[in-house]
Amino acid sequence: MAMRLPPAFSGSIAQRLRSISGGSSPDLMPQGRLAGPMPWVIAIMVALTVIAAAAGLALSNTARNAADALSGGVTVQVVEANAVERDRQAKAAARVIQAMPGVEDVQIVSQGEVEKLIEPWLGARTGEDQIPVPALVDVRLRDPVDGEKLGALRRTVRAVAPAARVDAQSSWLRPVFKAIDSLQWLAMALVALLGVALAAAVLLAVRNALGVNRETIEVVHLLGGTDAQIARIFQRAIGFDAAGGGAVGLALGLVAVLFLGQRFSGLEAGLVDSGALGWIDWLLLALIPIAGVLLAMITARQTVVRALRKML
Amino acid sequence: MTKTTDGEIVHFDNVGLRYGTDREVLSDVSFTLFPGSFYFLTGASGAGKTSLLKLLYLAQRPSRGMIRMFGTDAITLPRERLPALRRRLGVVFQDFRLVQHLSAFDNVALPLRVAGVAEKDLTKPVADMLEWVKLGERMHALPAQLSGGEQQRVAIARAVIGRPEMLIADEPTGNVDPDMAIKLLRLFEALNRMGTTVVVATHDVHLLRKVPDSLIMRLDKGRLSDPTGALRYPPRPSGGFGARG
Repeated sequence: MAMRLPPAFSGSIAQRLRSISGGSSPDLMPQGRLAGPMPWVIAIMVALTVIAAAAGLALSNTARNAADALSGGVTVQVVEANAVERDRQAKAAARVIQAMPGVEDVQIVSQGEVEKLIEPWLGARTGEDQIPVPALVDVRLRDPVDGEKLGALRRTVRAVAPAARVDAQSSWLRPVFKAIDSLQWLAMALVALLGVALAAAVLLAVRNALGVNRETIEVVHLLGGTDAQIARIFQRAIGFDAAGGGAVGLALGLVAVLFLGQRFSGLEAGLVDSGALGWIDWLLLALIPIAGVLLAMITARQTVVRALRKML
Repeated sequence: MTKTTDGEIVHFDNVGLRYGTDREVLSDVSFTLFPGSFYFLTGASGAGKTSLLKLLYLAQRPSRGMIRMFGTDAITLPRERLPALRRRLGVVFQDFRLVQHLSAFDNVALPLRVAGVAEKDLTKPVADMLEWVKLGERMHALPAQLSGGEQQRVAIARAVIGRPEMLIADEPTGNVDPDMAIKLLRLFEALNRMGTTVVVATHDVHLLRKVPDSLIMRLDKGRLSDPTGALRYPPRPSGGFGARG
């Protein structure tokens, strides 16, 4: 009995099947999310990473700017109760320092500025009950201060101003720099831990998805699907989840960073202001969700490929 | 890589299969399948038909023995090379194994998509194939919305859409009406005439008589019932075989 074949058997499809090695990535399974809460988990991780990274970058900026500002700074305090003698020694100290090589600038800090500096601690100073305050000379050297330069300065100043104390400005902030350094390490550790947590969340979601879709995966395998094709499906699904979650997380993180930035700028503290983020910092923050997507996709691929190797 | 004898498509030599530490479900199975032949695999329930088919469609490795397929040693073949071999097969599973979240159309399109056929090139062939198995109207239905017979027709359409070199069908007519069963058998015959080797596992003895140019392999408790007979290294078919059995 003659049999009319279905039109599909024209041969062209069969020819194509023979010639294709399976490098393409067809939609073998629906592109639904791997797990409902996955994008939100990624969003939270990315938001926290953005905040931690922003804090680390701001601290880094603070430390660098403060170090730059203070590296060539020296303060001369003339601790003398007699106001006339105090002014004389301060002027004498400023004069001899100005004549020294390597000195960029010397300024005698006016009495008004000194009183403004100590006002938060001693209150407004009025009348005759004023406690004498030291005269200050702000010195800026061309190069960072070292022990040798500081020693030379001290010897020169003491010769004309016996009541003078000479200190490098950076030495005052050494404990602060150490604390900032520790906070920077903490921020970096947080970013790394959040990366590990993101990878772990993806790993669990992919394992769950593998279990749920095991039957489909077996069928695709038996129809000639490769591990790479199946892994690509999961990779793509988690990629979409991570991209959506990453965008939301970046937005949330940036809102938090801008809000905190606004609050800190309200403090009007020089050290805090110097931690403002530059455009490279913002660019780095914008790269966090992209890194998150890549990390999630690589984790998904490795998880799927490893699991598929256990199947025939 | 071991090559089969010229013209052989499948060669089993003393193949045994056991699951875990249980007794062997297949023992000392030896046979050769030739290109362009039509084989029925028969036997009672539990005789090992499905296990033998699993070895044939590379879902299982044997516990012992040697299997060559398409000139390749299937036992030592690295698993990354299995997909290429599987794409030369079409399989109708006993339980259909349709992907439940895909429509009838997408299930039939699956082998073509796996093989990388572009969407524009697969739409018409898949629609035609579904039309041919009288499911053109239901191409967007999910498997759960189809009857057992309709699911079986989808499974058959999926198995043959890529025009495989060897078609392996496990009870392919179990859930269809007699008219559709005959029609499907005629499709298998037509494919067979075009050069496709066909292996149909069935316990329906009436089916065997409907394909006169077929060879019959009978399994009994995991062994081919006549391992020293024609089915052990059968001669190359020439001029057609009558059904044996």
